[in-house]
Amino acid sequence: MKETGFSHSQITRLYSHFHSLDKGENGALSREDFQRIPELAINPLGDRIINAFFPEGEDQVNFRGFMRTLAHFRPVEDNEKNKDPTSGEPLNSRANKLLFAFRLYDLDRDDKISRDELLQVLRMMVGVNISDEQLGSIADRTIQEADTNGDMSISFSEFTKVLEKVDVEQKMSIRFLH
Amino acid sequence: MLKMRMRMKMLLLLGWCCGLVCAGQNRSDPRGQTGFPVLSINYDYVQMPFEVSLWILLASLMKLGFHLLPVLSGVVPESCLLIVVGLLVGGLIRVMGKNPPVLDSQLFFLCLLPPIILDAGYFLPIRPFTENAGTILTFAVLGTLWNVFFMGAVLYGACRLEAGRLASVDLLSCLLFGSIVSAVDPVAVLAVFEEIHINELLHILVFGESLLNDAVTVVLYHLFEEFAHAGEVTVGDVFLGVVCFFVVALGGVMVGGVYGVLAAFTSRFTSHTRVIEPLFVFLYSYMAYLSAEVFHLSGIMALIACGVVMRPYVEANISHKSYTTIKYFLKMWSSVSETLIFIFLGVSTVAGPHTWNWTFVSITIVLCLVSRVLGVVGLTYIINKYRMVKLSGKDQFIVAYGGLRGAIAFSLAFLLSSDDFPMKDMFLTAIITVIFFTVFVQGMTIRPLVDLLAVKKKKQSKCSINEEIHTQFLEHLLAGIEGVCGHYGHRHWRHKLDRFNKRYIKRCLIRGERSQEPQLISFYNKMELKQALMLLESNSSANLSAGDTAAPQQRSRKTLNISKEREEEIRKILRANLQKTRQRLRSYSRHTLMPDAEDEDEDWSETRIRKQRRMSFMTLPALRESPAVRGSRVESDRPSVLFTLADERLESRGHKPSVTFCLDVEEKPLPRCVSDPGADQLLEEDESLHQRH
Repeated sequence: MKETGFSHSQITRLYSHFHSLDKGENGALSREDFQRIPELAINPLGDRIINAFFPEGEDQVNFRGFMRTLAHFRPVEDNEKNKDPTSGEPLNSRANKLLFAFRLYDLDRDDKISRDELLQVLRMMVGVNISDEQLGSIADRTIQEADTNGDMSISFSEFTKVLEKVDVEQKMSIRFLH
Repeated sequence: MLKMRMRMKMLLLLGWCCGLVCAGQNRSDPRGQTGFPVLSINYDYVQMPFEVSLWILLASLMKLGFHLLPVLSGVVPESCLLIVVGLLVGGLIRVMGKNPPVLDSQLFFLCLLPPIILDAGYFLPIRPFTENAGTILTFAVLGTLWNVFFMGAVLYGACRLEAGRLASVDLLSCLLFGSIVSAVDPVAVLAVFEEIHINELLHILVFGESLLNDAVTVVLYHLFEEFAHAGEVTVGDVFLGVVCFFVVALGGVMVGGVYGVLAAFTSRFTSHTRVIEPLFVFLYSYMAYLSAEVFHLSGIMALIACGVVMRPYVEANISHKSYTTIKYFLKMWSSVSETLIFIFLGVSTVAGPHTWNWTFVSITIVLCLVSRVLGVVGLTYIINKYRMVKLSGKDQFIVAYGGLRGAIAFSLAFLLSSDDFPMKDMFLTAIITVIFFTVFVQGMTIRPLVDLLAVKKKKQSKCSINEEIHTQFLEHLLAGIEGVCGHYGHRHWRHKLDRFNKRYIKRCLIRGERSQEPQLISFYNKMELKQALMLLESNSSANLSAGDTAAPQQRSRKTLNISKEREEEIRKILRANLQKTRQRLRSYSRHTLMPDAEDEDEDWSETRIRKQRRMSFMTLPALRESPAVRGSRVESDRPSVLFTLADERLESRGHKPSVTFCLDVEEKPLPRCVSDPGADQLLEEDESLHQRH
């Protein structure tokens, strides 16, 4: 489990939690298991988060996949850079965190957030009371602000640039208790 | 005809002179004089207000003067210059033979301090504050306690060793002195940190600590004073002291919260009396402060709590003009207060009775530094185990070095009674020396040190809808992931609070349909409004393509590209809707968008917010409304050209940008004490306005 970077005690704790979520006792989680989590049920982005756990086209996620997704949210540690220069970028680096978030927007995986994808996310976050036109103007404004190459969509580099002032390391980290 | 007028004027003039003479006659002392004194002097009648105004005028002129000398204000922080001015003025008064006035504690605590604290509390950036609340509280409470006891104990030991004049200083006096001098002062911190623009995290750490340690200071001060008065200390008393701390802190916050809720509730009904809206904000906050002071609770915490609680609701309810008024008044008062405080510090130095004792003073200064450094380092070691983004050594250095002392310490010492504390003068001298040291030495050197250590500076970030959307997105994402992990972190509770807020509290405290408005939408509307106003003020009348603003290059290339039929359509709609219209679509000058003179009563900007919302729902060919908007339709039709064309932009889906504005105008932030347009609390305030949780 070196690529995830979790410590032994953290892995044990996560496994017991995985086990408690796994009502079917088959060593893997299905979508229904996730939907049973109360926080996800009321979360506006619940469905997308659930989908993020499941790899392409599959309906079950095993413990390894579960951990791999959660590894993105480990806090960034400075001394990690010195440990493994050969293993490439760790999963919880700033770039990988941003990539994870980007993929949640970009459902069709074309490496661009189009206007429609943005509208969908906005609609989920804002609720039903706001009209389409107003959301549309917000989406247009958002794209206009971020778009530097004029293709009316937000690419990953533009996304990164827009968020360069936001403290992503803190905002996208969870303290996994030892 | 002309002669008549001339005669009337002469008569009026004569009458006026008579009146003046009579008035002069009435006020002057009746003496047995033969003639009417045409001109008499009665200074006593106006002495008090006159002198107060003179002082304030002096303070403001000093501020003006400093900014005419940029060389000086670049090197020396303003607080130092003001103290020097105070010294000069004090010296002048002394030379003239009179006794210079001392900084009266009552005046300080009741008049000079509240505006500064209210300004700080109202514009407190909530999100960084709550994210670092644990760290701030640790520094404020544990750090101050450590400072007090360490200083008190070492000073006592030194006094014992020294003998001589210091032998009479007992432990309680030392502890009391420690409690007065240990507290980091918010006024001094604000004054110095505002000029160096360090990053948000450090700023909020030091500043938050200076605000929250007031509770500790109040409790310890009263505790030790009582003990000194009573003469005996029992274990029960110590225990009561601890209980007292919680009562003071939580009581202060509760009092502030109650007043904040009252203010928010009152603002719900002020739609017909817009003019006095700011008054409610100020009055309720001041009452919160005074009420807390009545019970010896922490007035500062009450004030902060009141400002923080009432702000989101009040700002949803009041008009734009009131919002601006509140902002400017708070900045003005706090600025004047701060200036006066520092000048008075200088004057009091010249005035006060001084007892200089080399040992005591030097040990105090050394101890202040040492205990602060030790405290910060020790506490950071513990805190870093619980933080996600650790505090580095550089951060710790800045936090330790930024522990400035100021006028609160002086006033607290001044309040001591000379009977219980025969060493009061010595204390005062030591405190003044410490204040001078911290403000001058630390204040002046912190800026080069910050540059030397390459501490991260404050990021000049403009209001960005991208950041807002993505930040909210990440919040939701992380809340979900935390749910998956079964981890009930602070995001979980924040979400719960948010939901509770949205469901119950906003309904009560916010008027009208704005209680249902999602945060994102209100943020977006505020941003649009702000940039529309920017556009007006930057007077880019003929330059639609953002000629003289800081817009990036590609935006300046996109010029107005409406086809002729479109333009005619726009004109037709405008003509139908606007009552008074000037057919100037291409030039957004002031005249097109400013309201007419008789519009003063109507809350024009309020209407405009609603109008803008309605407009963006409208599409040009058909006036299609969504059900949610129908309720908010306002009858007075004054759509602004700007927003109609913004709507035009909606229409052009695809790749033909029809209208683009220079949307990246730099907002000129309003600094409180410095004139250099560094992004100050106002930019933070505008961001944090919509990041409240």
